[in-house]
Amino acid sequence: MTLVVAGNSKEYPDGINLTRLIELEKVETPMYVTVALNDDFVESGGFESTTLKDGDRVEFLYFMGGGR
Amino acid sequence: MAFSDEQLTRYSRHIILKEFGVKGQKKLSRGRVLIVGAGGLGSPAALYLAAAGVGCIGIIDADEVDLSNLQRQIIHGTNDVGKPKADSARASMLAVNPEPEVRAIRAFVNAGNILDLIRDYDFIIDGTDNFPAKFLVNDACVLAGKAFSHAGILRFNGQLMTYVPGQGPCYRCVFKEPPPPEAVPTCRQAGVIGALAGVVGSIQAMEAVKYLAGIGDLLTGVLLTYDALKTAFRRISLPRRADCAVCGEAPSITAPVDYARAACDLS
Ligand SMILES: [Zn+2]
Repeated sequence: MTLVVAGNSKEYPDGINLTRLIELEKVETPMYVTVALNDDFVESGGFESTTLKDGDRVEFLYFMGGGR
Repeated sequence: MAFSDEQLTRYSRHIILKEFGVKGQKKLSRGRVLIVGAGGLGSPAALYLAAAGVGCIGIIDADEVDLSNLQRQIIHGTNDVGKPKADSARASMLAVNPEPEVRAIRAFVNAGNILDLIRDYDFIIDGTDNFPAKFLVNDACVLAGKAFSHAGILRFNGQLMTYVPGQGPCYRCVFKEPPPPEAVPTCRQAGVIGALAGVVGSIQAMEAVKYLAGIGDLLTGVLLTYDALKTAFRRISLPRRADCAVCGEAPSITAPVDYARAACDLS
């Protein structure tokens, strides 16, 4: 199936969940990433139970604490 | 209030813009912006807002200029090392443009002072370097009904979002609560490229100018990310969280809160 991850369309195994996608995408701090699926937030407790389907758009939002 | 000949010359490139004009310039001259942090983001933001003729600019920082700041904090010079950043920033801003009222505030923001500090201002720029301060600025602006620009930078990446009361999510809608100290990398540990702060801090100044002048579209409901290595900007649409702890329908946060700061940020 095709997912749009951070704006890029790519092929992924059918029916993977968000936890697996986070592994495949080598998300740097998986405990502290915010996930938006089709413009809605997914609660961090819900990654395992969120099965992705063809055409889903996923964004990973990272903490960025610098400024000075 | 009419502009003097000197002001008409100084701001001529603003005034000639048909979307901006004398009207926009007048709005800037009546505008009040608070910049929290006279560092990497605060440097370009403060210089551009002073140059633009914003009427009153507050700049808060409790630290002194350090040699390791100068790679990115362009409001300070080599001769300023050891001086209070707020004072050094004020001097640079007034050197660019003596017209604005510039208030140098030597303080750390905390739950006890933040509401008083932001009260007098129309727009707040978050140029802080740690999560407790970023959440504090967010919560105070939501509670006080103030618009503000959030930004964060790390390594070669930056991100920005603008909060306007009643329009789109706040920072806490997206990131909920500060990560534990040391859980995510900081600039001190991971580094940051100097010009990145210039790009991101300049966008914060642009957001303030647009807000004050009432022109264009702000970064509300959008996280703008910038990847300097790829020269890629992305706009990520984000919703408000109805159950947000501070801007949601039944907020649990009704006053500013202090979080422990990462040990590495305390020096
Ligand atoms: Zn919120």
